[in-house]
Parts: sequence; structure tokens; C-alpha cells
Amino acid sequence: MNQLMDEEDIRRIVQRLSHEILEKNKGTKDLVIIGIQRRGVNLAGRISKMMDEIEGEALPTGILDITLYRDDLTQVAQQPIVRSTNIPFSIEGKKVILVDDVLYTGRTVRAAIDVLLDFGRPQKIELAVLVDRGHRELPIKADYVGKNIPTSSEEMVEVKVRELDGRDEVLIVKSRET
Amino acid sequence: MSFQRKDLLGMEDLSSEEIIFILDTAKSFREILERPIKMVPTLRGKTVANLFFEPSTRTRLSFELAEKRLNAAVLSFSSLGSSVAKGETLLDTAKNILAMKVDCFVLRHTSPGTPHLLARELDVSVINAGDGAHEHPTQALLDLYTIRERKGRVEGLKMAIVGDISHSRVARSNIWGMVKLGAEVRICGPPTLIPPDIERMGAKVFYSPEKALQGVDVVMMLRIQKERQTRGLVPSVNEYKEFFSLTEERLDLARKDALVMHPGPVNRGVELPARIADGERSIILDQVTNGVAVRMAILYLLLGKRRQGRVK
Repeated sequence: MNQLMDEEDIRRIVQRLSHEILEKNKGTKDLVIIGIQRRGVNLAGRISKMMDEIEGEALPTGILDITLYRDDLTQVAQQPIVRSTNIPFSIEGKKVILVDDVLYTGRTVRAAIDVLLDFGRPQKIELAVLVDRGHRELPIKADYVGKNIPTSSEEMVEVKVRELDGRDEVLIVKSRET
Repeated sequence: MSFQRKDLLGMEDLSSEEIIFILDTAKSFREILERPIKMVPTLRGKTVANLFFEPSTRTRLSFELAEKRLNAAVLSFSSLGSSVAKGETLLDTAKNILAMKVDCFVLRHTSPGTPHLLARELDVSVINAGDGAHEHPTQALLDLYTIRERKGRVEGLKMAIVGDISHSRVARSNIWGMVKLGAEVRICGPPTLIPPDIERMGAKVFYSPEKALQGVDVVMMLRIQKERQTRGLVPSVNEYKEFFSLTEERLDLARKDALVMHPGPVNRGVELPARIADGERSIILDQVTNGVAVRMAILYLLLGKRRQGRVK
């Protein structure tokens, strides 16, 4: 087990990502943030809060669960728990910042894009992730990356957040299955 | 907690943990019904056959909609105008439909235990959509969901079920469910319409609504089931109305914030006057809306996973 980021590293990354998103989109106009369950939700909340601090304006923030859109439901042995989706605003014509903790195969992001398109037709969707660990299985790329971490497929990247795990850190661990 | 069952046959077999898990899962499905596109791709490639050997409007449409909103292929069968009239047995009918490759049967039948028979004999998920006067688990689950949504809990609530208890699978399933989640259930009706051993299920028996409704949080009215009345158990509809219909005076005995429920179909003016059925305490149409979400959750829990081994 190896710690890759601590609380302070994560805070700085959230700050940088927020600035990058604002810079590229020239402010907060038409921006909305949507976090993917579960830890993407916490990160989305932090980015939203950080933007409030920078621009003095909190962005509409939503929660999205991809379980019902997974492409492997008939293969997984342990049935995933369906968590809540809550997008309490229209995404029609908006610039959606999709937030997740780790970008890996890209399958979660594919599912998340499909969920979003069932809610409306945004002007565009951008992807922000804390960690990009490689090994894509679909043609998907993040627009904002906290840190690129090359990994082997035997390793797992574990993101821990205060709200769910009691503290903020990113670990790299050997997969139990190998 | 996870849900490992192949079938949903009755509230009697479910643990309180399983009931809560289904209700929590249904919450996520309820949100889908508010989306612009009320559909998810979850059961794409699965086929569900609805076998209805008894008339039904709400339950059947609710199941069909739940299946379609999960993107399952839907096959609907009604015994009217089918080979049942030519003498085919239920098991043969089911085996023939199964031979066409389906993943789930939703069964409504006049005989108690028929869903259990199919579940035992066939390697396919079976959902009981009402078997005679025995059980109607999806109705009880949607009722529990609706009560929980309005009251925030089920535990500690007092509920009165008034009407023809003997012939009511809804009453039976609700008693199991409410008692398991820690509610007090009072049943009320004429002695001829109350089964003798019902107290063993944990319900209290009352013969007058004036007593049963005192301080309750939920009033569930049931219909006099004309199609199951063969022995003149009630002298007349008018006499039944006089003693058991929900009047404003009787409803005033319940808590101020009491909810009025009915599984439908309502016989307006018999068990429930139109003013109460359409009044602000009535949550009858919420029950119907939530029914779709609850059935989507059940279909997901039974079918949205890898099949684990063969049963037979």
C-alpha cells in the first residue's frame, strides 16, 4: 500500500481543476457540475464550493448514479446497489462538468454520458477526474486531470474522501484478486 | 445487504431487512419517473411474460409499464381467448411460453399457491401478482413505500384495514409487511368477513370502525369483493355501507394527519364516499404512481444480475 496523495495534495488539485474549468469556460455562465456516485459526488461538491470562493457564485450541482446503465449487469456476480440520481435543474443547453474520482476503463463515463443524454441535450459535456490511471477500453479522454498515475492492471487506485471514509487520501494497492 | 432470491412470492417469506432493501431500491427508481425520458436500459435483452388468469387493470398495466421502462421485452397473456379454454394445464402453458425463452413470469391466478408451483418447477423468476385470497406482495410493497414516503417511517404507526378481510390478498400481504416493519395493524369488518385465525398474523381484530379508527395514522379501505361472494356473507350492500363505509365522522376519529388508502378498484359510494376518495387525505393515486417504481425495483433485483445456477 502506497499513499499517492494526502489531504493537502487533494485540496490543491481541486483548486487547480476549478481554475482550469473556469479559465476554459470563461467563467461560470451556463456551467453545471454533476458528480458520479459515489466519490465523484464529494469531489463535485468541493469543486462547486471552490468556484463559489473564486467567483462568488455557487454552481448548480447534481448527483448521478450509473448502475442502471452499466454494460456488465448480466456478468457481475454481486448485484450493485442502485444509488440515487438527483439532477434538480435542466441540463438543456448547459455546459456540464462531469466529475469522477478515477478514470480507468472509461465504461463508467460512457454510462454517465448516456444517463445525461436522457435528461436533455446539453451544449457540451466535459470530464474532470482526480486520477487518470490509464487502461482505457473505450475512446474516452478527460478534459481536466488532477494527476496521471500509470498503473498496472493488478493495482487498484483507492480514493478516500473525508465525507465517506473519514479522511482524504489516494492510495495505490495491490489487487486482492491476483 | 443484497437480494439473492430468484422469485418474489409473498410478504410472508420476506425478512424485514429484505423489505427495507426493496423499498430503498425503489426510491432510486421513483426518481426515474420524473425524468423527461422515463426509461433506463437496464433489462435490455430480458423478456418478461405477464400471465393473467384473472381480470386486472392497475396491476397489469403497472407491471407492463415497469417492464417497458426497464427496456425488457414484454409478453402479455390473458386466459381469455387462450388455450386454457381448451383444457391446457397452467404448468403446460408456462412451459410452452418458457420454451420461447423468457426470463420472468409475472403471474396472477385465482388459485392460491400457483406462483409457488411455477417457481418450484421452472428455472425462471416468478413474481406473484396476486394468487387468490392468499398474497399480493407487490401491492403491499407499494403501500409500504407510499406510507414511508408520507410518514418517513412505518415503525410505530397504527394502521386500520377495513372491509372484506377474508377475501383480501392485499390485507394479508399488508398485515405481514406492516407487522414485520413494526407497525400496529388493526383489521375491521363484519365477523363473516374476518378469517378466524388472523390474529396469529399479528393483527388486532375489531368489528366496529368507530373503535378500529381511534387514533390511527393510516386507514386502508377495501372493496367488497362481489366476484368472491358466493355465500351471502353480507346481508346487503346498503347494510354494509351503513356500518362499515368511511364517513367523515369515522375519519375524524383517526389522527388529524391520517392517510386514506385504497388498493383499488374503488366502489365509490360503497366503502368510500367520493369526497374522501378525492379529498386531501387520500393518497390513492400516489399508491398507483409508486407502484410502477416498486415493480421496477423488484424486476431489477430479480433480473438485473447474473443467473446463479439452475433450479431444476
